[in-house]
Amino acid sequence: MNHWIIAPVVLPAFVAALMVLTLRGHLALQRIASLAAIIALNAIAVALLWSATMHGPEAYFLGDWPAPFGISLVLDRLSAMMVALLAVLALITTLYAIGSGWDAKGAHFHPLLQFLLMGVGGAFLTGDAFNLFVFFEVLLIASYGLMIHGGGDRRTRAGIQYIAFNLVGSSLFLFALALLYGVAGTLNMADLAAKLPGLPAGDAALLRVAAVMLILVFAIKGALVPLQFWLPGTYANAPGVVAALFAIMTKVGAYATLRFVTLVFPTDLPATGTLIPAFLLPAALVTLAIGALGILGATTLPRLAAFAAIASMGTAFLAIAHMTPRGTSAALYYILHSTLATALIFLVADLVSRRRAHLRLDAPAPVAQNGLIAALYLASAVALAGMPPLSGFIGKLLILDAWRDQAFAIWPAVLVSSFLMLLGLSRAGSLLFWKPSESEAVADPAPQEPLAVTAAFALFAALIALTLAAGPVTGWLDGTAASLHDPAAYIGANRLEVAP
Amino acid sequence: MEALLASAIGLLAAVGIYLTLRLRTFPVILGLTFLSYAVNLFLFTAGRLAVNAAPIVGTTDAPADPLPQALVLTAIVISFGMTAVIMIMAIGGHLQAGHDRIDLDEDKA
Repeated sequence: MNHWIIAPVVLPAFVAALMVLTLRGHLALQRIASLAAIIALNAIAVALLWSATMHGPEAYFLGDWPAPFGISLVLDRLSAMMVALLAVLALITTLYAIGSGWDAKGAHFHPLLQFLLMGVGGAFLTGDAFNLFVFFEVLLIASYGLMIHGGGDRRTRAGIQYIAFNLVGSSLFLFALALLYGVAGTLNMADLAAKLPGLPAGDAALLRVAAVMLILVFAIKGALVPLQFWLPGTYANAPGVVAALFAIMTKVGAYATLRFVTLVFPTDLPATGTLIPAFLLPAALVTLAIGALGILGATTLPRLAAFAAIASMGTAFLAIAHMTPRGTSAALYYILHSTLATALIFLVADLVSRRRAHLRLDAPAPVAQNGLIAALYLASAVALAGMPPLSGFIGKLLILDAWRDQAFAIWPAVLVSSFLMLLGLSRAGSLLFWKPSESEAVADPAPQEPLAVTAAFALFAALIALTLAAGPVTGWLDGTAASLHDPAAYIGANRLEVAP
Repeated sequence: MEALLASAIGLLAAVGIYLTLRLRTFPVILGLTFLSYAVNLFLFTAGRLAVNAAPIVGTTDAPADPLPQALVLTAIVISFGMTAVIMIMAIGGHLQAGHDRIDLDEDKA
């Protein structure tokens, strides 16, 4: 067995516990330990990515219990890609947190961040549906702590809403899992994929209910309409660096949806059939519209960034709803792009918030270091609206290309929403960076935080790299999508034992 | 027994949903607790109802399924921890804001 598969779960857990127990109150040491662990995580992620590409799916059996009885982690190309994305985003946001001093504004920033990495990494790697629930809870409880980092009454009360919403989601998840177990007698995802086609027709209704409830849970995580209400309040009130890190959390919902619709509930399963895409497609279109209108009507920059996150999830789910290797490949590229782009605009919003008297978009106020921040904002806006030359354009082009068969219905929705986003982002940008220059009165001396600005530029560089390497990346993603839609190797990796 | 358990789960879930939709944090937390009671019972029944059956193969003709019992234990521990977290947050929010309304009044960010 390849023991490195469990490293993205064990390493952050160990480092987090170490920091809480021995490095309490030593911020400098915590920073060093956290950065070292995240750099190690990046190295492990690269190794796992290489291993998954070379050797195909591979399972790790916890406690060496055989697959349907014990818990298995499964490394395949998709999970390796998501872990690598998580590692890169974690490195950049940690550098930003150190550079901007966010991690000094309250206790335990770095341990909570490590626990979040543990939960998200575990959710990407697990091959067991109940274990997925457990890792969801791990990442959620860490995110509750991170969300209210720095305190403040408004942030705390937004946190209560966030927790309540997610607790309802967790209950729904458990209901769905209980139904699934009651019907199929297993919760191992590969075993479910093998067993569900052979279920008696009388169980089909229960299975459909379980499938829809599961997708609802993932839609809560992925902020799909009508379950997106938690996102603007949460992301706009969370510390900027935490909101940037949370860009990966909505992708956990997209990842789980993708995993379940390709592995457990594919369209050729008679009980569910095209039920899930029939729900996903309209929901994704409305999500896109709400996101675009939200950008147009946002009153503050963090709320604008939050609605940009919603719009990007709508676009990603639109590609997932196509349910073909082509659509999946486009969705994966867009997930890579939108995670980085959303994180970038949250970092820009945070940079602006410390250089401007207030964050409202309706009243002018000067921004210190105008040119530098404006350049970053321009980059994030171009990426989010899907304008050339950045990767958002390529991502949306791939999605439009996948939906060529229904171009009359889908293309106008994507193109008009992109135009609305462009309008909203230009309006916000000109209010922030052009109008105030008439008054020429920068209130405070500009904060000098080279590391934070460098971290934001690193995200920009990652977007450029994703654009320049679009050819090889989409080639690799095509292979990933093909293996997702033909999960025989994934199921085979679990070496399922037949119950006596 | 099935009817009794099913209606109990339904009642708990209904109470939970009603309370979760209230405006103040305390009823919301109570509602979430009721929802977790409902889901724990529901999870338990996923292994089929069996009376006087130990979850050990060989002791009875039809042993109970041990896995849902393990799942329920995990779910109870997690929901207990989450309730504690939201409780602390609710108290913190009440002390800082001076009221316990769960909605955010807009446009003050």
